[in-house]
Amino acid sequence: LRKNVEDFTGPRERSDLGFITFDITADILTGKKIIFLGIFDWNVKQLFLFLSAEYSTKNNALNQVVLWDKIMLRGDNPRLFLKDMKSKYLFFDDGNGLKGNRNITLTLSWNVVPNAGILPLVTGSGHVSVPFPDNYETTKSY
Amino acid sequence: PGAAMDLFGDLRRMNKRQLYYQVLNFAMIVSSALMIWKGLIVITGSESPIVVVLSGSMEPAFHRGDLLFLTNFHDDPIRAGEIVVFKLEGRDIPIVHRVIKIHEKENGNVKFLTKGDNNEVDDRGLYKEGQNWLEKKDVVGRARGFLPYVGMVTIIMNDYPKFKYALLAVMGAYVLLKRES
Repeated sequence: LRKNVEDFTGPRERSDLGFITFDITADILTGKKIIFLGIFDWNVKQLFLFLSAEYSTKNNALNQVVLWDKIMLRGDNPRLFLKDMKSKYLFFDDGNGLKGNRNITLTLSWNVVPNAGILPLVTGSGHVSVPFPDNYETTKSY
Repeated sequence: PGAAMDLFGDLRRMNKRQLYYQVLNFAMIVSSALMIWKGLIVITGSESPIVVVLSGSMEPAFHRGDLLFLTNFHDDPIRAGEIVVFKLEGRDIPIVHRVIKIHEKENGNVKFLTKGDNNEVDDRGLYKEGQNWLEKKDVVGRARGFLPYVGMVTIIMNDYPKFKYALLAVMGAYVLLKRES
């Protein structure tokens, strides 16, 4: 998985707003992540994939924000080649915890939805840390 | 017609003792069912361990009429991506949506935001006036397993009360008239 940060601006409504663009290359069928092999068996209806950012701030010991999600039905192309994606949802912090925060971890997780049975939530083994700069951007318009 | 006459014949021949016996049998079945339900409530920690999906806001994962099995263990943390069933203050109907944001303090207090997979926007519009977040106390349980279609019976019984009474009448008649040979 490859991701990179572009810029961020804020605060709006007294909270930090972060902007991240990212690339996701996840070859679900045959990729190096062998655990994916055979995930689409007869009892898997779909995968709900999401990219979440996890970090801590002065205000809150643990924050998790879902930046992007996708529904992948059985039969859909199991390869993801997404480049320069903007996050689907606004990445607001509860407070000003993004400024200077060096340790924002992005992970890809997925919820397996069976035709019937248990609903597991699995977190991918790769993750990437993303640092936010110490200063706000003042000019950007979103 | 022959079978119906037999049935009434049976009823008239049954003496009082046999009738009481059948009624007790029936009461035992109802009590056992209630005990199993209460037992589920205790084991799962949820006030409503089995719920029926009422709307299409989580499609294509869940459709109206699907059955969800919940747990609500006190120490289970709420994490982004989980499917939770919650109740809004003043409303009876539980809502099944996904957690998309959490902010948790060191002492474990957590506030979170939800959104239906099939909805364009998050649930802030559904929350109470001035309420921006949900808390643990609003949660009825976390979805751990599911069965499709099975909950349709409940929806039909709600929408067509006559069907519910007919079903109860048939069940009552069967239990009262059933003979242990």
